[in-house]
Amino acid sequence: MIRHLKILEHALSTIVRRKYKNFAVIVVYSFTIMVLASILFLSHSLKTEAANILSQAPDLIVQRTMAGRHELVPENYVEVIKGNRGVGKITPRYWGYYYDALTGSNYTILGVTGALPEMEMVEGALPSRSGECVVGEGVARARRIGVGDELILVNSQGLGQVFEVAGKFTAASDILTNDLIILGERDVIDFFGFPQGRATDITVEIRNPSEVQNIAGRIKRDLPDARPITKQEIIRTYDAVFNWRSGMMLTIFSAALVSFCILAWDKATGLSGEEKSEIGILKAIGWDTSDILELKFWEGLVISLTSFLLGLIAAFVHVFYFGATILAPVIKGWSVLFPSFKLIPFVNLYQVFVIGFLTVIPYIASTVIPSWKAAIADPESVMRS
Amino acid sequence: MRKHLIFIGITGLELALLAVLFVLSADMVRTKGQRQMNSKSQLVALLGLTDLSLWTEARYTRHPSQADFFTAFQDFPAAIEHFPAGSIVAPLPSVVFLKKK
Repeated sequence: MIRHLKILEHALSTIVRRKYKNFAVIVVYSFTIMVLASILFLSHSLKTEAANILSQAPDLIVQRTMAGRHELVPENYVEVIKGNRGVGKITPRYWGYYYDALTGSNYTILGVTGALPEMEMVEGALPSRSGECVVGEGVARARRIGVGDELILVNSQGLGQVFEVAGKFTAASDILTNDLIILGERDVIDFFGFPQGRATDITVEIRNPSEVQNIAGRIKRDLPDARPITKQEIIRTYDAVFNWRSGMMLTIFSAALVSFCILAWDKATGLSGEEKSEIGILKAIGWDTSDILELKFWEGLVISLTSFLLGLIAAFVHVFYFGATILAPVIKGWSVLFPSFKLIPFVNLYQVFVIGFLTVIPYIASTVIPSWKAAIADPESVMRS
Repeated sequence: MRKHLIFIGITGLELALLAVLFVLSADMVRTKGQRQMNSKSQLVALLGLTDLSLWTEARYTRHPSQADFFTAFQDFPAAIEHFPAGSIVAPLPSVVFLKKK
């Protein structure tokens, strides 16, 4: 044990002797680990949250497509869908998008019908009469409005329409409601000028979850221009969006991995003359090859373990305490309204181990292997090289 | 003080800090996280929401799960995708599946 500690002590002295170089390596290495871990933490957290909350999404949504595009659905489709056994409540939905030229942002306007129960994530009240609305945090911020203020939107006839802000979604619900404006159903129909008897789509409740696919198939057979979308498909979409193979993950992940490979490759392609003569001297004064390998192992471990732990801590704080501020501009794209990430810290320890395995082990190997080549050579020739 | 003691001390401190962060996060998931998740699930259930409000730049990025198969290239046949978020959103699993078939 004492022998190992002494070799570790010597390894640390070697690292301190080349402190500027090793410090630079630790900074780059930690940053690489931080980027990799941030992506994994962020995507896993978003994926888990999406899977949990979207499990309450409608069982089945029936759209209509025409010439490959989404088209308004005739309300009489409700009667056809009702003919299927096992189908529960069927609701036509009225919703659409609104481009706000004033702020250059896009809103989603959704109509609700009937009295909804009180919601924890709404400050104020839900629309109870015509002319009232509930806005998301992003809309409120963009328009600088709050509960009790007025929201003026231009309707399909080009006329300004005034809505009273009865409620506002809390910031905690940003990820779902940031760009959302809730109006009464009649208000949405009039605002967008929906043709008589047409809705955006239809939600279908299905009593037995194992029957969803069958019913979707039957709807497709009865209404060939319909496109049923199941809840499982919605959840799978978000699983794919935040999968490591998706665009964002792959781009940043591969950039970070390539930079790490360059770092490791630089180490693996050879030792400096100074390092070689140091190995020669150690051999000449009686160190075994195994001692030199252990010395190099400790050198690699000290740098990679320190960088790994620092990178992980930085990634955790960056994603869960600072809302992934470095990654957010990359993910944001051209979205004017973008929610602030207040993520629930779901962490997958398996991913942490994978990062550790993919970075710490190759770095140690790239430190030990070239040293092994020098350590098995004749000390005199190594010192002279 | 010997250098190896300093190294072991710093590594121990980093490990402890990481452990505290993980334990705190697990606790947060159980308490605050669960409460938030229930409230968000209530929103989804009552309003019939289907997508996360992340990318508002185009219809198919605002509602990826509701987009039709052609939306990303809707302007003309073989049009190049022009919204940055389009490069972030992976193709729908059903589209990938169709291609494999």
